[in-house]
Amino acid sequence: MIHSLFLINNAGDLFLEKHWKSVISRSICDYFFEAREKAVEPDNVPPVIRSPHHYLINIYREKIFFVSVIQTEVPPLFVIEFLHRVAETFQDYFGECSETTIKDNVVIVYELLEEMLDNGFPLATESNILKELIRPPTILRSMVNTITGSSNVGETLPTGQLSSIPWRRAGVKYTNNEAYFDVVEEIDAILDKSGTTVFAEIQGVIDACVKLSGMPDLSLSFMNPRLLDDVSFHPCVRYKRWESERVISFIPPDGNFQLMSYHISAQNLVAIPIYVKQNISFFETGSSGRLDITVGPKQTMGKTVECLVVTVHMPKVVLSANLNATQGTYNYDPVTKILLWDIGKLNPQKLPNLKGSLSLQSGAPKPEESPSLNIDLKIQQLAISGLKVNRLDMYGEKYKPFKGVKYVTKAGKFQVRT
Amino acid sequence: MLNHCFLCRNEDLKEMLESSKESLKLEAMKRIVGLIAKGKNASELFPAVVKNVASKNIELKKLVYVYLVRYAEEQQDLALLSISTFQRALKDPNQLIRASALRVLSSIRVPIIVPIMMLSIKEASTDLSPYVRKTAAHAIQKLYSLDPDQKEHLIEVIEKLLKDKSTLVAGSVVMAFEEVCPDRIDLIHKNYRKLCNLLVDVEEWGQVVIIHMLTRYARTQFVSPWREDAVFDENSEKAFYDSEEERRVEQSKPYIMDPDHRLLLRNTKPLLQSRNTAVVMAVSQLYWHLAPTHELSIITKSLVRLLRSHREVQYIVLQNIATMSIQRKGMFEPFMKSFYVRSTDATHIKTLKLEILTNLANEANISTILREFQTYVKSQDKAFAAATIQAIGRCATNISEVTDTCLNGLVLLLSNRDETVVAESVVVIKKLLQTQPSQHSDIIKHMAKLFDNITVSMARASILWLMGEYCEHVPKIAPDVLRKMAKTFTSEEDIVKLQTVNLAAKLYLTNSKQTKLLTQYILNLGKYDQSYDIRDRTRFIRQLIVPNEKSGALSKYARRILMAPKPAPVLQSAFKDRDRFQLGTLSHSLNSQANGYLELSDWPAVAPDQSVRIVEVVEPVKEAGAPVFGKSKPGKSDEKFYSDSEEEEEEEEEGSSSEDSSSSSSEESESESESEENSDDSNKSSSSQSDSEKKKKTLKNKKLQQQKPDSKDRTKFFLMHIVLSFSNQFVASCRCSLLCLYVFLVCQFDTISWDVRVSLQASSPVFVPETSRELLHRMTGKGLSAQYRFTRQPCIYGNSMVSLQLTLSNSSDQALENIHISEKSSTGQNIHRFNAIERLEPQASVTVSMGVDFNDSTQAANFQLCTKEDEFSVSIQPAVGELLLPITMSEADFTKEQIYNKITKTLKLNLNEIPCGLSVWLANDRLGTGNLFKNNNLLKCYKYLNI
Repeated sequence: MIHSLFLINNAGDLFLEKHWKSVISRSICDYFFEAREKAVEPDNVPPVIRSPHHYLINIYREKIFFVSVIQTEVPPLFVIEFLHRVAETFQDYFGECSETTIKDNVVIVYELLEEMLDNGFPLATESNILKELIRPPTILRSMVNTITGSSNVGETLPTGQLSSIPWRRAGVKYTNNEAYFDVVEEIDAILDKSGTTVFAEIQGVIDACVKLSGMPDLSLSFMNPRLLDDVSFHPCVRYKRWESERVISFIPPDGNFQLMSYHISAQNLVAIPIYVKQNISFFETGSSGRLDITVGPKQTMGKTVECLVVTVHMPKVVLSANLNATQGTYNYDPVTKILLWDIGKLNPQKLPNLKGSLSLQSGAPKPEESPSLNIDLKIQQLAISGLKVNRLDMYGEKYKPFKGVKYVTKAGKFQVRT
Repeated sequence: MLNHCFLCRNEDLKEMLESSKESLKLEAMKRIVGLIAKGKNASELFPAVVKNVASKNIELKKLVYVYLVRYAEEQQDLALLSISTFQRALKDPNQLIRASALRVLSSIRVPIIVPIMMLSIKEASTDLSPYVRKTAAHAIQKLYSLDPDQKEHLIEVIEKLLKDKSTLVAGSVVMAFEEVCPDRIDLIHKNYRKLCNLLVDVEEWGQVVIIHMLTRYARTQFVSPWREDAVFDENSEKAFYDSEEERRVEQSKPYIMDPDHRLLLRNTKPLLQSRNTAVVMAVSQLYWHLAPTHELSIITKSLVRLLRSHREVQYIVLQNIATMSIQRKGMFEPFMKSFYVRSTDATHIKTLKLEILTNLANEANISTILREFQTYVKSQDKAFAAATIQAIGRCATNISEVTDTCLNGLVLLLSNRDETVVAESVVVIKKLLQTQPSQHSDIIKHMAKLFDNITVSMARASILWLMGEYCEHVPKIAPDVLRKMAKTFTSEEDIVKLQTVNLAAKLYLTNSKQTKLLTQYILNLGKYDQSYDIRDRTRFIRQLIVPNEKSGALSKYARRILMAPKPAPVLQSAFKDRDRFQLGTLSHSLNSQANGYLELSDWPAVAPDQSVRIVEVVEPVKEAGAPVFGKSKPGKSDEKFYSDSEEEEEEEEEGSSSEDSSSSSSEESESESESEENSDDSNKSSSSQSDSEKKKKTLKNKKLQQQKPDSKDRTKFFLMHIVLSFSNQFVASCRCSLLCLYVFLVCQFDTISWDVRVSLQASSPVFVPETSRELLHRMTGKGLSAQYRFTRQPCIYGNSMVSLQLTLSNSSDQALENIHISEKSSTGQNIHRFNAIERLEPQASVTVSMGVDFNDSTQAANFQLCTKEDEFSVSIQPAVGELLLPITMSEADFTKEQIYNKITKTLKLNLNEIPCGLSVWLANDRLGTGNLFKNNNLLKCYKYLNI
């Protein structure tokens, strides 16, 4: 299966290699570099690249390319999913997955990679098992280790590995038993010039932070489970219970994890929290243009829209922007051609407006295309779909846990065409 | 200089490794691993490193392992030094150490140790720890790649490991199977049902591998479900198909899905909800390749969900959807909007989405799609805009209603400022015009006008070809275009030159008066062109069109050759031919066969023998002449139940069932396969989907796996059949189903009960606790104290009694006389008393044994302990475990019994109703509780029952 892994940064430096079978020369990456060059943008690199004897499957994450070398037929998603899992594990261990942290923790990275794959086939990818095998670095532990010479490596097989619930270790103990659930919904939408919705849907996830002692058996029920159109669960969730009773019943992993993700399709009318009035035009003569954007609340269910940011990808000929914002700050980056307007809180009484002129490269023809607007926003205490958690029950343990549910709505891929 | 420095550093590392300090060694190893990670050569440190292989420090050891695996291949002789350490570690009591020793040993690619590896793998494959067995499965692949000659031996190990019931092992061994012997399908037969049932509990990576393997397996073993007259056991469709079927029933036998085929589809379905995208894709492809057409739609939602995932995941999923959407538009049409392109998508994602939208286009939605395309054409990403124009062209040819609209739209694009957009439009218009040239001479004229401004060679060539082909429609413009071309001929691209030559030839034939000289001029230029293609073409054209004495008969037909009506090009998807590859594979993604790709075979015309998948359970050895008791009971209990249910019509069946069960051993009337089929049939026809029914089905599946090919079993099946047919009669009522289940259980007990009893043989307990419990404290006992403990030995006083050991001691200062148990027992338990103790001296103690029949309950036994002077009421409360008789039984038997027991409990039936309190006696003390958690089947059972 997975033969080797190379980590390459954005500048094209190969800074880590790991082989699970015989060593493959790093010159294999030349095929990748070739494709990388052709693609211009790192996002455009094709995920599957063919070389005469090998196949390179790569992902791009946190400005690092994870390039894996494959020799024989294997489902490409298998490899892609695994590489993402590797990146997530790094993030989990070191707080962030960046070139520096990987370089700083190269030994732990190596130990992790060694445990995660055996002969190219995934062995232990569950973070709770890995953490028992190799303890994540903390400042305290690394100090203790230098003094006492003790190691980061566990000596016995993690209990989870053998049990039928590999995601939870035995003997978890907390003084404060708490379980928090965040219902996070993202609105994916495309609005056309006139403001009508071309496409809209809601993607939701329930992130959990469960710190409970022992082996709690939780069940979570919704007020309106019929809203959920399509769901996918963490392996801990009993699918049969969901099928029959629409109750999410599970023995949770310890700590942070994503319990489920769901999808609410366009058929149920998706509420669009804001409207955007925009007018971006370029004049035939004089190498200039005009921009006028106003944002206002639409269906916010009485909550305030926060962290409102409007991003405009300008045509290449736009040199600079001379604008005036009634609220927030704007910034135009002439290199990436991105206009960023950070509004902040949306005040329904006084609608924020950005107005002014754009100057174009002189002599260049008026750009044909009209830039599209990407919106970012956040609404606290609201799940835009109306999904509500009814109750959370715990069985199997005697103590009384502290429970909490939080709702947040965000803009996902929210785009306004002009 | 640099090299020198590096050597220096290596020296210092060597020193650190050789020091006696653990921390220094560790530090050195960490730095070495850092070197390896960077791809620097650290091989010369090998001797210094390998010495530390036996280190006590586990982290140091692990790092040494990392080093060894990396360099052993290069330093084979030195690597051999470490082998003995691993061999020792293979015997370590810690399973993690055993496993990691095997991992490293098998990763050292040194051919000399192949025999050692083989031996270790064989040993590890029978290890008690499933984790070690999993490692063994991985080692199989490593050994195979090192020495393919070991194949035969390795297949033996694989065969053994395939039988493993641990979910941990399943994925890895199937992986080994796929690498070593994917063609040995026969190894799968017996494990097929087990794999299907385990699938949900296997770790996610294993699931992917198993699903792919089972897809291939199913395609060789089952007949195609894609027949129009198919009848499925998903009942809702039944009525619908029935009516259709009647018409053609004469022609062919209706298709009935193999229950094993159904099992696979049913057990993979929940995995569509997995968070692992690879698993979802694997299930989707399984459904695509195996499921009946009308069940395919369930995968759509899950696939669309994956589009929210990472960019790379989207890419692969979109590729697969593109292939699917060609064959089945309907599947994705409701989700069309999910494929709308965003300006922030990566280019390859955009093109794939465009491809899918084009595939989905039909008369009903074309206007929506075209409106969407209009936005895309304006995109800043020009490559994408060009792709959109091609897509519009494809829609226009496929859907004739919109051809004109599209054409007009494309003509408008000709005035676009962007070069690539215009060029692409020209090319697409050219293709469209070919389908209906006569009506569009104005478009051709328009394009001729544009010709001067277009620089993209493909577009120029396209216009030239159009001029030539339809020169009769534009008789005035074409010669003029040729004139312009004659001027710039030398500076054009090859493709444009070729079309110029073509245009010249065609004009010469149709309008030689105006163009004769021009043509000759161009042909002369072509004759001396640098490209041999052009020279070649020119020579050919000249011979063809210019009549001279050498040119024989061919020139007569020149007009017919050059001006022949040409068929319009068919614009079709680039994904058209991708369906030759299994979906979800690397080969499909690359559109070419990858190494090690295993072709998916076509459905067999006739299904191979189904019985190969039936698993036989090894029966425990029976003792000859063992007493057969309880054999007369079953009939009674059945009757009792039936009279409860008060169903008149069942009387007949009841009679037969009880008859059969009592004469179980002689019942030979039905063959096994027949009864199996029957039970399946009846199952199919029942339409209730109530929970309890599901439970029963599960149960039945379990039973099918555990069939024993003897006559008793046949009875069992027969009974089951009856039970199941009952369920048809009152399917609606859940309560009745429960009752049925009860009948079923009772029947099961009838038929197997004596089976088990025969093999029931008390064994000695594994562990007897030494601690005694207090029966009577010396304070309350006025000096007499009593302690008891359970001896866990078979009681000598009676079969149903539990033997107890009583220690009586006298802590007073005077002797106690006539210690005994009084005759009247308050709770009615049968107690075998110990013989009265005449006299107990002060500070003396005596041990006696007694027996109590607790009647299989944990109710305390109360009795009076008497001395000459006093009576003390005492009570003994037994723990459940103490009431049990330790027996030895095979795991298979155990599982069987467990299941019955659990189900009876769930149903909250009174245990006493079941003939003989079998259940209590079957659970197997301490061993039992241990097995309870080890046993997968049981856990599964729990899951199904939602306990």
